Amino acid sequence: MAEREGIIYRINGPVIEARRVIGIYMGDMVEVGNERLIAETISLEDDRATIQVYEDTSGLQPGEMVYGTGLPLAVELGPGLMSQTFDGIQRPLELIQEKAGSFIQRGVKVPALDREKKWHFKPIAKVNDEAEANTILGTVQETELIEHRILVPPDVKGRITHVAEEGEYTIEDTIAKVMTKNDERELPMYHQWPVRAKRSSVGRLNPSIPLLTGQRVLDFLFPLARGGVAAIPGGFGTGKTMLQHSLAKWCNAEIIIYIGCGERGNEMTQVLEEFPELIDPNSDHPLMERTILIANTSNMPVTARESSIYTGITIGEYYRDMGYHVAIMADSTSRWAEALREISGRLEEMPAEEGYPAYLASRLAEFYERAGRFRLDKDREASLSLVGAVSPPGGDFSEPVTQHTRRFIRCFWGLDSELAGARHFPAISWTDSYSEYISDIAEWWDENFETSWSKLRTDIMEILQDEQRLQQVVKLVGPDALPDAQRLTLETARLIKEAFLQQSALSEEDAYCSAGKQLGMANIIMHFHERAIGIIERGAPIFTITELDIVQDIMRMKTRIPNDNLDEFDTLMEGINYQMDVLEEKYR
Amino acid sequence: MQGKEYIGLSHVSGPIIVVEGITGVGFDEMVEVTDPTGEVRIGRVLEISEDLAVIQVFGGTRGLAISSTRVRFVGRPLELEVSRDMIGRVFNGLGEPIDGIPKPFATQRMNINGVPINPTSREYPRDFIQTGISTIDCLNTLVRGQKLPIFSGSGMPHNLLARQIVRQAKLVGGEENEEFVVVFAAMGIKHDDAEFFRRGFEETGALNNVVMFLNLADDPSIERLITPRCALTVAEYLAFYEGIHVLVILTDMTNYAEALREIASAREEVPSRKGYPGYMYSDLASLYERTGRIQGATGSVTQLPILSMPNDDINHPIPDLTGYITEGQIVLSREINSKGIYPPVNVPRSLSRLMKDGIGENKTRPDHPNLQSQLYAAYANVQSVRSLASVIGEEELSEIDRNYLQFGEHFEQEFIGQKPDEDRSIEETLDIGWQVLSYLPETELHRVSEDEIAQFYVSASS
Repeated sequence: MAEREGIIYRINGPVIEARRVIGIYMGDMVEVGNERLIAETISLEDDRATIQVYEDTSGLQPGEMVYGTGLPLAVELGPGLMSQTFDGIQRPLELIQEKAGSFIQRGVKVPALDREKKWHFKPIAKVNDEAEANTILGTVQETELIEHRILVPPDVKGRITHVAEEGEYTIEDTIAKVMTKNDERELPMYHQWPVRAKRSSVGRLNPSIPLLTGQRVLDFLFPLARGGVAAIPGGFGTGKTMLQHSLAKWCNAEIIIYIGCGERGNEMTQVLEEFPELIDPNSDHPLMERTILIANTSNMPVTARESSIYTGITIGEYYRDMGYHVAIMADSTSRWAEALREISGRLEEMPAEEGYPAYLASRLAEFYERAGRFRLDKDREASLSLVGAVSPPGGDFSEPVTQHTRRFIRCFWGLDSELAGARHFPAISWTDSYSEYISDIAEWWDENFETSWSKLRTDIMEILQDEQRLQQVVKLVGPDALPDAQRLTLETARLIKEAFLQQSALSEEDAYCSAGKQLGMANIIMHFHERAIGIIERGAPIFTITELDIVQDIMRMKTRIPNDNLDEFDTLMEGINYQMDVLEEKYR
Repeated sequence: MQGKEYIGLSHVSGPIIVVEGITGVGFDEMVEVTDPTGEVRIGRVLEISEDLAVIQVFGGTRGLAISSTRVRFVGRPLELEVSRDMIGRVFNGLGEPIDGIPKPFATQRMNINGVPINPTSREYPRDFIQTGISTIDCLNTLVRGQKLPIFSGSGMPHNLLARQIVRQAKLVGGEENEEFVVVFAAMGIKHDDAEFFRRGFEETGALNNVVMFLNLADDPSIERLITPRCALTVAEYLAFYEGIHVLVILTDMTNYAEALREIASAREEVPSRKGYPGYMYSDLASLYERTGRIQGATGSVTQLPILSMPNDDINHPIPDLTGYITEGQIVLSREINSKGIYPPVNVPRSLSRLMKDGIGENKTRPDHPNLQSQLYAAYANVQSVRSLASVIGEEELSEIDRNYLQFGEHFEQEFIGQKPDEDRSIEETLDIGWQVLSYLPETELHRVSEDEIAQFYVSASS
């Protein structure tokens, strides 16, 4: 027998047991059977190995061989990642389509990165420079938008002895040599990195710059910071995926990695069709130029679903190490947790809550802790933000995945099925949701805008909370029994909900809302409210306020006022003042 | 004869048998089990180790003997022989003909488990299918290549609704000579229900365009695990090899999930919610995801699974997991049903995720997107006004709230309600939508544009 081998003894779905195993490590990537299916070792005992297979195991027979590779399950990191669609183990789906047709047959071997393509390499590092993890050797223009910085792999440290001249190279060509303690290492343009190990995370900074998403309810009420972590839990039909798509489209990160983990095939196709057409408002380039998709749909092997999350985040960390602000959308982490549960069940492990394995919480923690804002060197900063969708069974937030996720995130965007039923989108509940970044990022708003974001935010939240309380009363006695001042609160809350919080992802004008426009809109509503209080105090009945023409204008400002013409808010403001002045005159 | 045959079992329990001393058998392989009387049943290898195979027998294990049962391993996974000639035929739950005519000549053999479609090869579904039912066409639009289940409960007219959809579904503005076929898979439904569908297809002359797979309530329950897979295999063949547009009706998915649970508990697996196996999501996805369109292929597979929610509970694992996989759901409401309104669609809970790209200008009508959003919002408000009215009485309501109550009545009676044979065009449906909106004052309509109000809105009070 050769060095790294074993014989299949038992097959139970995607989990197999091999015996008489030699030279296979824990976490080792192995190839299984005559078709050499991709797999990973997940436990070892004496000469027995338990292996999870990333492809369909139908037809596999006991007695076939398993072959160790001596390497952990890893991803290839180098030029050619951008704009690609990969499956959960980083196989390029477009190339698989070319090779195997419209259906994903197993055993198709295609390298993740194109070996033939020539890239134009421009050197930066010089001979005799010191090289360590993430030193930039040179650059390659990966897409029109993204400059790919060729990095020294994290495990190499030494003195540079050779750098290639500017020119065309494939990713396998040596572009630099580094003299390490032991030997001289030849560095090609790509390297491999095990998916389950985090890349370095030194120089953590406090996340204090907002990750603007263009969604008013998020940016204004429950903001996420660059390098922050957020979860979007919601039952089916509450709009998790629509919201994740909106984030991927409009948030102001430089790189987006969208992980479709155990979700619908048609949704991934939608992203694939839509993103090349859409223009990023921050860079004026097609969104696809900054996006990488990981697509492991619900009918693809469950084991690859488990690894898809790691594949995505490892690629994200790689771009972070180049100095980019990266945002990862994972839709949905519940499917990943269920994959863990399914594999754990096949291993006959003792289950904890609802059949999930006891290590669910620690796996979630490991995942979310890979996010953060980092200082790379004295003038470069980068961040990795994570937004994970959670699909709680029955929309019940007390289930284990939502509960454990809550422990490790700082921004909770709870989706509400009642709002979704009324087609109030994004259906983010303002009572369940919270953000712990508010005080951290207030400074950024103050530095960039004159109007106070913190004050407007507090005022809006107060009105929404008052409304909640008043609605309890209304349910018992009807709105007419309330004093006019309280009915004004209800009216303003209605304006906040319909004119501000509701945002149509399908409307061209409203799908993305700039920070300036958000402030303008909030300011208008609160100004309307304050003027109205004054008039109500003079004894004017509530209907004089609700019947003002300007209310309709406020209702329609989100689609009428474009992001790049904020002066129109002044006109609207004048309109409010004029109509209020007239009323005031009447009740003097 | 292909494959290896072994005599004797080492263990029989529930739907599962164990055979020892085997070699050269693959995982997921098809098995033929011959009982002492010579009757052959089909099975599948669930788990295999060096000398032992665990087999699930679809025909049930009654009558099997430990010593004299013969087990033959076929050497390939479960396959179905498919061909165009299957159209117009009736099969049992395992795909064998039961209409007294010989087996159709096979063009191809296909693995019934199917192979996942590469997401990059899919074509996003955006062709509007007109069902002639207002609540579906306007509020929960069905498009070609979508999977849209009906969540129902016992005693509600889901069968009538499904039959109406099958009869009336058509592509507006589609090409003349497009072929349209229904694949109908019954899992554990009553004889009456199966007969109801068969008669319905017959009356409209649609029977010649239907492939039926029948596993009825008194057929072996484990067979139900195979029935939808056979149906979808035929559907995929017809759609992607023959260029036909296929509508697949799977009923009742609850019976399927129960068969899944039966196998899981027979194997003593660790259960997750309500005793259903932890892999039920993946398993259901392996059925529902076999829907869609593929670039370069003319045909399409559209799925309309029907499931009855146990105890009308939408949070029960079966509807819950289904809702997470499918592209929306049509939920039926017992409350609306008891008002005598057909189809009793629960509007706030129903949803079609793919409608946004299938409606609007050049597809249905430009006012459709805003109109449906307005109807949803207004009807949601009706619910809260109704609960208020039940506390303080209708007389105490404000003028506007009374308008909403009026709107609610007309919406339910005229928009939701229609006859089981009433085929409304999309224009008719949208016009009725505007008609019922006329009971609300213009100032309440925030979701529709000013132009649309000018064009379509007529106030009832004026």
